Amino acid sequence: MSRYREHPQAIRELVRPAEVHRDVYVDPELFDLEMTQLWRNTWLYVGHDSQVPAPGDFYSTQLAREPVIMIRGTDGVVRVLPNRCAHKGTRLVSAVHGKCQGGTLRCPYHGWTYRLDGRLRTVPLKSGYEGTGFAAAAAAQGLGEVTSVNYRGFVFARLGSTGPGFEEYFGESLTSIDNMVDRSPEGRLEVAGGVLRYMHDCNWKMFVENLNDAMHPMVAHESSAGTAKKTWEAAAADGPPPMVIEQFVPFVNGYEFFEKMGVKVYANGHSYTGVNFSIHSKYSHVGEYEHRMTEAYGAERAQRILGEARHNTVYYPNLTIKGAIQAIRVARPVAVDKTVIESWTFRLVGAPDELLARTTTYSRLINAPTSMVGHDDLHCYRSIQEGLASGANEWLSLHRNHAAAEADGIAGTYGATNEVPMRGQLRAWADFMTLGLKEGGS
Amino acid sequence: MSSAEQPSPQALAEFVYHEARLLDEKRFDEWYELLTDDVRYWMPLSRGQPDSELFTSLFYEDKLLLKVRLERLRHPNAFSQQQPSFCQHVLQQPGLESADPADNRYVTRTPFLYVETQLDQQLVLAGVTYHHLTVLEGRLRIRLKKIELVNCDAALPSIQLLL
Repeated sequence: MSRYREHPQAIRELVRPAEVHRDVYVDPELFDLEMTQLWRNTWLYVGHDSQVPAPGDFYSTQLAREPVIMIRGTDGVVRVLPNRCAHKGTRLVSAVHGKCQGGTLRCPYHGWTYRLDGRLRTVPLKSGYEGTGFAAAAAAQGLGEVTSVNYRGFVFARLGSTGPGFEEYFGESLTSIDNMVDRSPEGRLEVAGGVLRYMHDCNWKMFVENLNDAMHPMVAHESSAGTAKKTWEAAAADGPPPMVIEQFVPFVNGYEFFEKMGVKVYANGHSYTGVNFSIHSKYSHVGEYEHRMTEAYGAERAQRILGEARHNTVYYPNLTIKGAIQAIRVARPVAVDKTVIESWTFRLVGAPDELLARTTTYSRLINAPTSMVGHDDLHCYRSIQEGLASGANEWLSLHRNHAAAEADGIAGTYGATNEVPMRGQLRAWADFMTLGLKEGGS
Repeated sequence: MSSAEQPSPQALAEFVYHEARLLDEKRFDEWYELLTDDVRYWMPLSRGQPDSELFTSLFYEDKLLLKVRLERLRHPNAFSQQQPSFCQHVLQQPGLESADPADNRYVTRTPFLYVETQLDQQLVLAGVTYHHLTVLEGRLRIRLKKIELVNCDAALPSIQLLL
């Protein structure tokens, strides 16, 4: 019995101006609908083009649970292809990273081959298909290409054929990617340092909503960042604190700090915290890096680039980035209560190694399955997942600093303790969940 | 045992068993005493990973960071531990990998199974641990503990205690 698939109005009613119904996080039917509606109508981050530097190089992953390949063609263009043989559906590649032999993708089952742009190249014993109607079938067209855009190395795809175009969807939020790339003296990033993959037994939205939640660090992370601060103070050591202390301590800054850092909210669920400053603002300077940036961009522009210290930018629904330290996290939903969070780190091409060490250290301290900070975050997400089973109240409150004027448009700049980024995400959620759905089914 | 005296393979093995027992019994203060001041507790994220901060690791902790970790486990607001985790190491007999008396460094290799539980959740990990041990003031101490998980590249759940 479908409660939602044929009732888009019922889906819209789950999101009130300042409240959201628990089903959004716990209902399996809504999760399946998210994968076929929200996650197909919007733009998803696939990977970075430095993962596939040469023609034939591929990276395989899942988008909205669908297997895809990001591959560089013989023409140098990076494309996204379904990882599904046109014949019987076999995944064409199973390695995460690899290189196609002989410039073709070859199915491991019956040997069908494809060009690197997804067109069918050869089928063994082709005469067996004469007069069968095969030529007019979808299989003869090959894999079909997924609509994708390579934005300054970041490859995004939209699985469905409806939904807004790339620029319209992301708009000005792309300035966060610009800033991250501009931090390289050569204007180029490379994936480096390895990928952390952390299994979260919670709904994907708990993770994404947390990224612009400035009201939780001083509470949830008191035991880790607070202990780090105290341990360092007790050590009474001379000299500047080591990098790990520098990275931990700002997590337990007070409410005023987090309020004043500011949050910028865009249409379609995107936002970033750290409009004015962030927990990354006071990291120690690396003189050689600043020198190279000044040489590359001139003093004024270099200062402008490095003066930005955005905290987390959410590219709804599956990407969050920390441009200031060149780390990103990608949500890969598995089930309504299961999500893999991947943490990728980047080298700023042309910058000293210290910058890469800073991002790998941060990623390990904060985002690893072994992270003291991550443990308490995930504990809270899981606790929501379990707490929502309570019949006491079917609604979650997102009232903090809600203003009636948001009804006319939510984009704007706010104090960062405002829950407006979550309200913006859920508004986009309702829009893209119901896009094209008809009351009573099609 | 003086630092000039070479520890026997049996003494090294006993040390490795004892170290695991301290962790399993949460005798963290005693465990902390086993560490040299320049200790590294390292769990690489990938196979064959160089010892370098240019790669992300699962653990790459010095004595200060280990102190923070152990203090946090005792903190009343360590929310992920309000229902505490427990662990059990099951070790294969440690083998002597190398002995370098000149550098005062003795390396053991110990395949292990590790179980970590939290009420109804149970996590089982397997791998090999390399202990780089040294003799300080007549007692064995850990300079480096390197833990190679066999599934270091898996999407792992929270690992909350020390392997």
